[in-house]
Amino acid sequence: MTKIPMSEIINKTISCAMHDSEKVICFGLGVTDPKGIFGTTLNLEKKYGSNRVFDVPASENALTGFAIGASLNSSIPILTHQRLDFALLSLDQIINSAAKWLYMFGGQFNVPITIRMIIGRGWGQGPTHSQNLHSVFSHIPGLKVVSASMPDDVANLLYSSIFDPNPVIFLEHRWLHNSIGKFPNKLKKNELGKCKILKKGKDITLISLSYMTLECIEAAKILNKFKIDAEIVDLRTISPLDQTTIINSLKKTRRALVADTSNSFCGISSTVTSIIYQNIKNLKNKIEIVSLPFCPEPTSHQLVKYFYNDRYTIANKVLKMFKINKKINRDKSIKPDVPGSWFNGPF
Amino acid sequence: MVHTLNKKVALEIHKKIFLIRETEEKIAREYSNQKMRCPVHLSIGQEAVPAVLSCFLSNQDLTISTHRGHAHYIAKNGSLKKMIAEIYGKATGCSKGKGGSMHLIDRSVGFYGTSAIVGNSIPVGAGLSFNLLKSKNKNISVIYLGDGAIEEGVFYESLNLASVKKLPTLFICENNLYSVYSPLNVRQPKNRNIKEMVKSIGIDSLESDGNDIKKVFNSCKKGTNYVRNKSKPFFLLFNNYRWREHCGPNYDNHIGYRTEKEFRDWKKRDPLLFSYDLLKKFKISKTIISAIEKKQTLKIINAFRFAEKSKFPNKKELMMDIYR
Repeated sequence: MTKIPMSEIINKTISCAMHDSEKVICFGLGVTDPKGIFGTTLNLEKKYGSNRVFDVPASENALTGFAIGASLNSSIPILTHQRLDFALLSLDQIINSAAKWLYMFGGQFNVPITIRMIIGRGWGQGPTHSQNLHSVFSHIPGLKVVSASMPDDVANLLYSSIFDPNPVIFLEHRWLHNSIGKFPNKLKKNELGKCKILKKGKDITLISLSYMTLECIEAAKILNKFKIDAEIVDLRTISPLDQTTIINSLKKTRRALVADTSNSFCGISSTVTSIIYQNIKNLKNKIEIVSLPFCPEPTSHQLVKYFYNDRYTIANKVLKMFKINKKINRDKSIKPDVPGSWFNGPF
Repeated sequence: MVHTLNKKVALEIHKKIFLIRETEEKIAREYSNQKMRCPVHLSIGQEAVPAVLSCFLSNQDLTISTHRGHAHYIAKNGSLKKMIAEIYGKATGCSKGKGGSMHLIDRSVGFYGTSAIVGNSIPVGAGLSFNLLKSKNKNISVIYLGDGAIEEGVFYESLNLASVKKLPTLFICENNLYSVYSPLNVRQPKNRNIKEMVKSIGIDSLESDGNDIKKVFNSCKKGTNYVRNKSKPFFLLFNNYRWREHCGPNYDNHIGYRTEKEFRDWKKRDPLLFSYDLLKKFKISKTIISAIEKKQTLKIINAFRFAEKSKFPNKKELMMDIYR
């Protein structure tokens, strides 16, 4: 089967969901514009009509409430934000309405909405165009928070999110939109709340999410040269968190490094670390966290090199854990502010 | 659906105004017993608008409201027993005791919820109407809001959205002059004309007396007909007044944010007095009126009895309905 970019996989998944259920509607600022949310919503209006796929006013909070209301009266809305940072204008509806409706009305109404938010890194996105706030949303009971890493996996995660009966925050990392993968033969509906072991290993568990999972895969290749066999656990769903898979992996490896795309203060990396400490008694090393410094993302490409972590940060931390006295130097051709040669800006 | 304000309709309206008033008075009387352990925002003084409007609504017209939602819920025929049980925090409450006075719901009559956050339910109400666009019966969504909500960003966002998408939504704004204790003049410019402002956003609107049954009736008729027939949003602005404190069972004219005189002036325009006047004009006998009122009083007594006798939710309920 031919491989296609993740953005196209997302597009096909939304299309399949709209085909499979007439209740699915898709809207958000720019959904029908010529760029189609980085290609993820291109041609959907043509296929399913402007009653189901439509562009909207720049009113994030009202649109979220609108999505909730539509879902209370039989729609299955997909709301898209071109940046997570824009969606912060809708926190009232997300936290006070979507997350609470089922609980505060005694289980009578569920809110089956999916809110796609694009997160990012680099190319001067800066303090308010790149925030990875998965941990903020995960703090709220009633919300599910999904963060796709692998192109082969994104279709099932998105399809499961759309048809999940609960409100789902679906996070897409801009740097992953061009990663190549296969579109599955059959789409699955029950993929939320499950971690995935991407690579089996016996010496250490690398736990990560979103873009950092790709860096973990690369780090594992480096570590292999030092005969360190790393297991990679991709979180996929930040909330609800699949603790069992993490704990079972740790029972085997008894070493862990958690790689986050955000900082660790009150964050998922701290939570995962705490879960491991509570459940695994005989760890061989203290758990390492690779996360961002506790500051906003700077814009200058000369500053972000001190801000972001990559395969080298991960690999070097692990080598230290194993008392291997060697430091891997960064491949100078890899720029910390661009995802690859395909990317030439502007956003 | 109702077309003219005749004898039968006037009695129906009176029944609702009386039921709301007496329910609220009973809550106020019982509140100090500390069995209703949640904030209550009483609707006393503001009964006319929901009582009249509900004559024009069916169970398929979906309604959403605010923290001051008792009257809206009762007028739409929401179960009184379940409302009182909810305020008591009982498992038999309309939200199983998990929402309280500010989260009333009765799906069976198309009352889809109330919100404790000012302005929060406005866009949800707009969304409710999305699938009503295609309804054969010309059903509409109704959004109750107060003057305070006009200061929220989401108000403008939602009106703009309803206007652009031509949603069959009826906005009902009750201007009772105060947001908690803050008067309108510290919150909105002096010469603001809310009706005209709404028109400039693209939604036709009407301002009306909120206590005089006849005037409220004509406005509600216009508003509901407009939304159903044109399949476009409409905005009704009603001027009325809450008699009691913002939150709680007491009067608060003495604390200094409004005057006793202002209260007395509004009290002369009591919706209940307007209702009695109307019944008199229709020459409805006192015997008939008192029979209807007695029935409502009994309904209230039964609702409180039901709430008292009901069980509290068990421990298991704490962790239920977080996710479906």
